[in-house]
Amino acid sequence: MKGYEYHKPQTIKEAIGLMEGLENAKYIAGGTDVMVLVKQGKLAPANLVSLRNVGELLYLDLQNGVKMGARVTHTAIANNEFVRKRYSALPDGAGVVGSRQIRNVATIGGNICNAAPSADTACPLLVLDAKVVIVGKSGERQVPVDDFFLGPNKVALEKSELVTGFIIPAFGDNTGSAYIKHARRLAMDLPVLGIAARATIKVGGSEARCKDAFGAADDASGIIECLEAEGLVFEDVRIAMSVVAPRPMRAKKAEEAVRSKAISEKLLEEIGEIAASESQPRDSIRGEAWYRREMVKVLTKRALLRSIERVIRPDSTAFPNRLW
Amino acid sequence: MKKEMVFTLNNEEVIVEVDPKWTLLYLLREVLELTGTKEGCGVGECGACTVIVDGEAVNSCLYPVLEAEGKKVVTIEGVASSDGTLHPLQQAFIDNNGVQCGYCTSGMIMSAKALLDKKADPTEEDIRTSIAGNICRCTGYVQIVESVQQAAERMKK
Repeated sequence: MKGYEYHKPQTIKEAIGLMEGLENAKYIAGGTDVMVLVKQGKLAPANLVSLRNVGELLYLDLQNGVKMGARVTHTAIANNEFVRKRYSALPDGAGVVGSRQIRNVATIGGNICNAAPSADTACPLLVLDAKVVIVGKSGERQVPVDDFFLGPNKVALEKSELVTGFIIPAFGDNTGSAYIKHARRLAMDLPVLGIAARATIKVGGSEARCKDAFGAADDASGIIECLEAEGLVFEDVRIAMSVVAPRPMRAKKAEEAVRSKAISEKLLEEIGEIAASESQPRDSIRGEAWYRREMVKVLTKRALLRSIERVIRPDSTAFPNRLW
Repeated sequence: MKKEMVFTLNNEEVIVEVDPKWTLLYLLREVLELTGTKEGCGVGECGACTVIVDGEAVNSCLYPVLEAEGKKVVTIEGVASSDGTLHPLQQAFIDNNGVQCGYCTSGMIMSAKALLDKKADPTEEDIRTSIAGNICRCTGYVQIVESVQQAAERMKK
């Protein structure tokens, strides 16, 4: 392995200045991706500019939405009770990345900037309408996370620009979200497929009567029957999928097709079908395209049901990994 | 170019000259000759190199050495008391056959210690989650989980 110089700036300004002036330089945060690439010889930077000592990148402000610094670790997100309750998809994703050792140092900014098609926090940020805060030498700009991903490991960053944080809007009590990672083992694995959903439902009392259905029923049909009988309506829906395209993507046609519609078995099947038709999976070592496409249908439905459950039973701390 | 760095290693302040391209693991094993921490995969998959930095378990093979500057690092060598009395985790691993070939053991104990330091009364799921990044090819993990459970119980007394 060739050597590199290791720089430890204390401020964003200093970091960008270093990046501007140095040859063949790369930002490094938690290092769980960068160090692996360097060790494998796939990346040979002459300079690493560490963001680990930049205090400005470490904040988690939960008033009126989420404002989150890029250096917040996966562990910090996964363990935050408020984020778990109100922005559930995000800790669902952050909590299943790698292992505890990886999550303790790996940052949300790094996971997004690495832009793997399988990034576990990407789909959650997509369904939560997150914006990426980017700072460069000419100032700050904000980009919807959907416009940030360009392709495998490619993001909309100019030279020396730095992701400093993320902004997630506030959602009301009638919104729930979930991320499901479909992988062969629970730890240290990349997903065969990842699906995140967010459901905002029209409330008016009928949802309260479905609480018992979620508590008692152990299969999906009983729950959906109850939702159907109470006439629950989707106000707004987001669905995002990973490992089905060169970049994590939204299933926009599916989202559009279900907006303001009453929840029913047929509708949930339809959403899955449309999402599957939007996906463009490939055969890979982790799974074949046809299998991924079939699983988009299954997991879209499950992720939506789990999102609805989180609206209806916000206080239940355990959301079992039911095989709906 | 080498740089001087100060950090706390197993409760002792250490001043070392390091090459920026080293990992923390390299410093520990090759320079300070603390070979209790193992290198397995070298890319953060196996957990054999786990050490505790400022209370959190990390993979030392991916930890740029200069990031340890000013931090508190604990390795397996710093787990037993200075008089040689084993840590309850170490004793429990021996008593429950949590060790077979031993290669993963240092990492397992560091991951488990990071958990018990934060949570004295962990559930089985907590234990399994905390060691999910530590691969053992001998035991099948059952004795390891039992060892951690027993250590937690003994430490409460």
